[in-house]
Amino acid sequence: MGEEFNPSKPIYLQLIERISHQIVRKELSAGEKLPSVREMAIQSGVNPNTVQRTYSELERMGIVETRRGQGTFVTEDESILSSLRENLKEQQIIQFINDMREMGYTDQEMVRGLQEYLRKEGGAKA
Amino acid sequence: MIEFKQVSKRYGTKHALKDVSFSLPTGKVIGIIGENGSGKSTTLKLIAGLAKPTSGEISVNGEVASRRISHVVSYLSESDGFYPFFTVGDMIDFYQSQFADFSPAKANEILSFMKLDRSQKIKNLSKGNRGRLKIVLTLARDVPIILMDEPLSGLDPLVRDSIIKGLISFIDIEKQTVLITTHEIEEVEPILDTMVAIKDGRVICVQDVEELRMQENAGILDWMKRVYQEG
Repeated sequence: MGEEFNPSKPIYLQLIERISHQIVRKELSAGEKLPSVREMAIQSGVNPNTVQRTYSELERMGIVETRRGQGTFVTEDESILSSLRENLKEQQIIQFINDMREMGYTDQEMVRGLQEYLRKEGGAKA
Repeated sequence: MIEFKQVSKRYGTKHALKDVSFSLPTGKVIGIIGENGSGKSTTLKLIAGLAKPTSGEISVNGEVASRRISHVVSYLSESDGFYPFFTVGDMIDFYQSQFADFSPAKANEILSFMKLDRSQKIKNLSKGNRGRLKIVLTLARDVPIILMDEPLSGLDPLVRDSIIKGLISFIDIEKQTVLITTHEIEEVEPILDTMVAIKDGRVICVQDVEELRMQENAGILDWMKRVYQEG
């Protein structure tokens, strides 16, 4: 049934997040067909109404488009896809920075910490 | 649409429901939640026409709920009323003989989804498979309203999972409304659109579940703990 949902957050928002991540990770590529509403409902273990709402919202955001009688497809509009990628990056950064600030780290400490970590990780990879 | 108008139901001196009024949206999966003895099963039986209100009126798609409402309502009982000497196939044929809207093709489809075999004797079925068979019989009818009284109770996690998956796969949400009573809130929560919360014979709310999450940052279980423990 895939990953569990957090019951205290709207499920359609969590589903939007999952699909957006799949698009950014290129598990779903530009122009690719999404599962039908019922398939997606079964795959993710949620109500078809919730999936319908998810698809409508993604369509409103321009991330997917519904073609009559054919189904729902990831947009091929590169500008939308790259802004989706930027948005997700920004969300992660905001989350990180808020958490760090809450624990009392200064901006400098964060930047230094990141640089150090990336250097070490880069060294380990090479 | 299902509508309760000032409905009370008394069993002897015990009030199961007290002056309850509400209406339910169509095309939704609706969970009826509440503690043991709060009136959940009574609510379903009243909609199914299997119990009569002591006072008040219940209507289903504009028709007063009586025993004859079964032509638009498919009801899954908490207990199982199978003849032990029947096979799975006999049971399906029996249902088909009783309900004109029963679809043998759909029944077979759900049977194979549930990995049941027509030739199996009912007395030899495990409890889990009897639970699955009830789902087959209930969902194979082409009716606008499906009522399920505790479809998951006493079943192991794998059976519960197959029942929930079966529900998502075989209901036609554009044409059907499903009402479920359950204690297995966590498992059912992701498939509910709406909840009806009952406490001591009174309906305390009919609530869209996604809205609840949005407004209160709480799921059904969190909400119940808060509301029901306040006393």
